[in-house]
Amino acid sequence: MPQSADKVKDHISLFKEPEYLELFASKKAQFECRPTDEAVDAQAEYTKTWEYREKNFAREIATINPAKACQPLGAVFVAAGFEGTLPYVHGSQGCVAYFRSHLARHFKEAVPIVADSMTEDAAVFGGLSNIVEGLQNAYTLYKPKMIVVSTTCMAEVIGDDLSAFIATAKEKESVPADFPVPFAHTPSFVGSHTTGYDNQMKGILNYFWDREAQLTATAGEKINIIPGFDGYAVANNREIKRYLDTMGVDYTFLGDVSDVYDTPSDGEYRMYDGGTTLDDTRAAINAKATIGLQEFCSLKTLEYVATKGQQTVAFNYPMGIGATDSFLMKVSELTGKAIPASIEKERGRLVDAITDSQAWLHGKKFAVFGDPDFTLAMSAFLMEMGAEPTHVLATNGGKEWEAKAKALLASSPFGASGQVWAGKDLWHLRSLLFTEPTDFIIGSSYGKYLEKDTGIPLIRLTFPIFDRHHHHRFPTFGYQGALRVLVEILDRVFEIADNTDISFDLTR
Amino acid sequence: MSLDNAPDAAFNEALIKEVLEQYPEKAAKKRGRHLNVKKTDDAGASSCGVKSNVKSVPGVMTIRGCAYAGSKGVVWGPVKDMLHISHGPVGCGHYSWSQRRNYFNGTVGIDSFVTMQITSDFQERDIVFGGDKNLDKMIDELNDLFPLNKGISIQSECPIGLIGDDIEAVAKKKHKETGKTIVPVRCEGFRGVSQSLGHHIANDAIRDWVFEKSKPEWETGPYDVNLIADYNIGGDAWPSRRLLEEMGLRVVGMWSGDATLAEMERAPKAKLNLIHCYRSMNYICRHMEEKYNIPWVEYNFFGPSQIAKSLRKIASQFDETIQANAEKVIAKYEGLVADILAKFKPRLEGKKVMLYVGGLRPRHVANAYDDLGMTIVGTGYEFGHNDDYQRTTDYVKEGTLIYDDVSGYELEKFIEKIRPDLVGSGIKEKYATQKMGVPFRQMHSWDYSGPYHGYDGFAIFARDMDLAINSPIWSKFKAPWKAA
Repeated sequence: MPQSADKVKDHISLFKEPEYLELFASKKAQFECRPTDEAVDAQAEYTKTWEYREKNFAREIATINPAKACQPLGAVFVAAGFEGTLPYVHGSQGCVAYFRSHLARHFKEAVPIVADSMTEDAAVFGGLSNIVEGLQNAYTLYKPKMIVVSTTCMAEVIGDDLSAFIATAKEKESVPADFPVPFAHTPSFVGSHTTGYDNQMKGILNYFWDREAQLTATAGEKINIIPGFDGYAVANNREIKRYLDTMGVDYTFLGDVSDVYDTPSDGEYRMYDGGTTLDDTRAAINAKATIGLQEFCSLKTLEYVATKGQQTVAFNYPMGIGATDSFLMKVSELTGKAIPASIEKERGRLVDAITDSQAWLHGKKFAVFGDPDFTLAMSAFLMEMGAEPTHVLATNGGKEWEAKAKALLASSPFGASGQVWAGKDLWHLRSLLFTEPTDFIIGSSYGKYLEKDTGIPLIRLTFPIFDRHHHHRFPTFGYQGALRVLVEILDRVFEIADNTDISFDLTR
Repeated sequence: MSLDNAPDAAFNEALIKEVLEQYPEKAAKKRGRHLNVKKTDDAGASSCGVKSNVKSVPGVMTIRGCAYAGSKGVVWGPVKDMLHISHGPVGCGHYSWSQRRNYFNGTVGIDSFVTMQITSDFQERDIVFGGDKNLDKMIDELNDLFPLNKGISIQSECPIGLIGDDIEAVAKKKHKETGKTIVPVRCEGFRGVSQSLGHHIANDAIRDWVFEKSKPEWETGPYDVNLIADYNIGGDAWPSRRLLEEMGLRVVGMWSGDATLAEMERAPKAKLNLIHCYRSMNYICRHMEEKYNIPWVEYNFFGPSQIAKSLRKIASQFDETIQANAEKVIAKYEGLVADILAKFKPRLEGKKVMLYVGGLRPRHVANAYDDLGMTIVGTGYEFGHNDDYQRTTDYVKEGTLIYDDVSGYELEKFIEKIRPDLVGSGIKEKYATQKMGVPFRQMHSWDYSGPYHGYDGFAIFARDMDLAINSPIWSKFKAPWKAA
C-alpha cells in the first residue's frame, strides 16, 4: 500500500510509488494511443535543431507561451495604488476573476476588484445599465474614496463610451456627482499590461487635473514618482522612498501599492490600506518634475504630465549600479539636494560585493526575458558585473525597445554577443536556448518550463513569481536591491558548481 | 452559535438580514434570493431555499468566472494530446496558463500540451477584419511545429462572437485538409452567467465534434467504464482509477484529467459512465445515455464513508464478482482509514467549516469533513444550479447557512460573524480570510497539495486540514503588548 497515516505522502512522493508507476504504464500501454516513445524522442530531439528554430521563427500568427498579459491587469494594478480605491472593470466578470487570481498568486494578498458583469444582453444593448447599477452597488457596499474604471475587450469591441456612461451614472445618482470616478479604455487587443498601466495612470491624473476641476499648475519644489508595473513594487517603492527621505526630497509617489499589497496579519482584513492620497494626487500637478521609473509603462502619462509644464524624465527600472547612479543624480539635479554620504557608502558596499564575486560571473551567458524596462535594466546590470546578456527578449517589446536594447548591448564589450528579440515568445526562446545556449535564464516563473526542457537554470527576478514565496518582499531597486540580485544570481551559480563530485569545494 | 457546533438557523437568518441591509434596495432584493438556511418542512422535504444560475449583480464583487474558464480552463484544457487555442486577445490564456494543476504524464510541447499557453493574440486589425483567416493559418503553423498533436480545440474569447467570426467553417475546412480532430468551442466569456455555461458548451462540442467525427475501433469488455469529470487536480483521478481497477473494472477513458483524445473518442463504447463532478459533465453523460444507451452513476470519492458507499453503488451495477471485489477493496483500506482517523480526528473533532467552491465540492467534501468529526456550518456554489442545491440537502445539516454566488462582502461578513475554524474556498478568498485569523485551505487547487480523492487522497486531505487549523502561527497574530 503506497499511503500511510504515519508518513502521509502527497503528490510529490505518492506518484513515485510502484503502484502508481504501474498504473501510469498500463494506462499508457492500453488506453492512451499516444505516439511511440521513439516518435516522441525523435520529435523532442528535432525541436532542438536549427531547422526547427527556423520553422519556429517563421510562424506569423501562432503565439506560444508569450510573456505578457493584457491591458486591464496593468490598469487595476495602478488603481490599487491609490488611497481607499476600488478598481472597477466594465465588461465580462471572468476577466476580473483572472486579474484578482493572478495578482493574488504573486503578491499572496487579497486583491479586491469589482466587475459589472456584462453578459449577452449587454453585448446587444451596451453596458450602460451595468455601470449604473454596478457603481451604485460598489460605492454603497465597499465605501471607497474613489472608484477607477477600466474595460475588458468585450466592452471595447461593442464600443461602450466610459465618459458618457459614468456621466449618466452620476446623473442617476449611482455615486455622488463629486465622487472621483477616473477611467481608462484598456482594450486587451492593444499592447499589454504595461500599456494598461500607462493608460490608467494617465486617466487618473487627467481626472484630478482636468476633469474634476480645471487645475492650473503652480510649479513647486516637489517631484512625482511613477513606478510602473512592478511585481517587486512592495519592496521597491519603499526602497525608492527611503532614498528620497534620506536625501530630504519632497515627493509624491503616484500609485503606491507598497502597503496595499503587503498588509499585516493581525486579525483584521484591511480591504484598503495605504496608497497615494487623493489630495496628494491633485497637488501632484504642482510638482517641479515627474519621474517615470519605467519608461515603457509611462509613455503617454509623461507626455500628458509635460503638458502641465513639468519636466519629465523616464528611467528603465533603476536596478544595478549605473541605473541607480543615474536615478539619484537626476533626483539630485532636479531638487538641488545632495546625495548623502550614507547612500554613497551603500554604493561602495555594493561595488565591494561585486568585486568580491565578479570572477564567478565574468563571461557567464544569460538569457533575460520580461517586460521592456526590466530586461533593459537586467541586461545593463549583468554587463556591469562582467556577465553577458546573450538573449534579451520582451514579448511586449516594440521597435523603440528593440532599438534601445540593441544600443545598450552595443555600449559594452559584454554585450557584443547579445541578441535582442522584440515581440517573441517563450517558445521562440526555447529554440534559441537549444541552438545558442546560455548558462542561465533570468525571468519569471513561466521560465520554469524552459529550465525543465533545456536544463539551463532559471533565476526568478521578475513578475510573476508564483512558485517561490516572498521574493517580492525584498527590493531589487537601488544599491541594496542590486546586492540582493547579485546574491540570487551567485547562489544559483554556486549551486551548479556544487553539482559535481570533484569540484565540491568547501570555500568558493 | 450553539454549543454543539450544529448550525444555528436563527443566528444565520439574522446574519443574512444584517448583510442584506448594507446593499442598495434593488441589489438587496436580488441578493436576498441567494441567501438562506437549509430547512426541512413538516412533510420532510428539504431545501436550500436559494435561487441559482442567474446573472451576478454588477459591482458587488462576484467570485465567479466565465464560460471560457468553464470550457478551456475546466473541460478541454486537461485533454493532453490536443492543442488548445485561446482564440482572441492574450489575457485569457495567460491568466489560465497552468493554473488548474491538471496533472498528466507526457512530454510537454512534444506529445502533451497541457501546460502551454497557445493564443492567436488578437490585435486591433483582427477585431476590425476578423480572425478566421489567421486562425486557418495558425492551425497550419501549429501542426507544423507540433506534428504529434492529435487534434486542436479553438476556445473562443469574448471578441470572437462579437465580431461574427465563423470558427466552425474554419474547423470544418481544416479537418478536411488535415484529417485531424478540430473542435470549435463557442465559449465566449460573456455567454451565460458563470463558468457553468462554458461546461455545457464544451460538452456539446465533444458531442458534435468528437463523437460525430470519429469511429474508434475498440474491443469492448464487460467491465468497461469511463471515469467522467475528474480533472486530475493534484493527481485526483489516479487514486480513483486505482480503486476502480482494484475492483476489477476497466477504465477505458478518463475525462478529462490526463486524458488523450482517444479516451474521449471511445467513451460511447463503455458499459457505464461514472461521473464525479456532476455539474460540469452531466450533459455529455445524459447524451451518451440517450444516444448510446450508457447508464451513468454519480459517485463521490472524498472521505472513507462516501468512498465505501460509492464503491458499493458502482459495484451494484455489475455482477457478484465485482460486488465481492468492492467489499475486498473496502476491507483492504480499513486499516489505513483507521490509522488516519486515529491520528487526525482527535485534532479536528468539533471544528466548524465554511465552504465556498465551484462544481461539486460544496457538497461532495462535506462527508469527508464529517468523517473527521468536523461540521459544515455554511456552504455555497459559485455556479451551481437548482439540482446542485437539491443534492446538497442530503449532505448538510439543518440550519446550515447557504450562499449562492456569494459576494466578497457577504463572505467576509459571514466569516467574521461565524468565526469558523476553517474556510475552504479559492485564491481570491484566501488572504482576506487568513488576515482575519481564520485558517484557510484552497479547495479548487487543493492549495498546491493533493490528491484528495480515494483512500490515498483522504490521508492527505486529513493532514492538510490539520496543518491549516493547528498551525502555531495563529497564536501569534496579536502582538503580546496588545494582548487582551
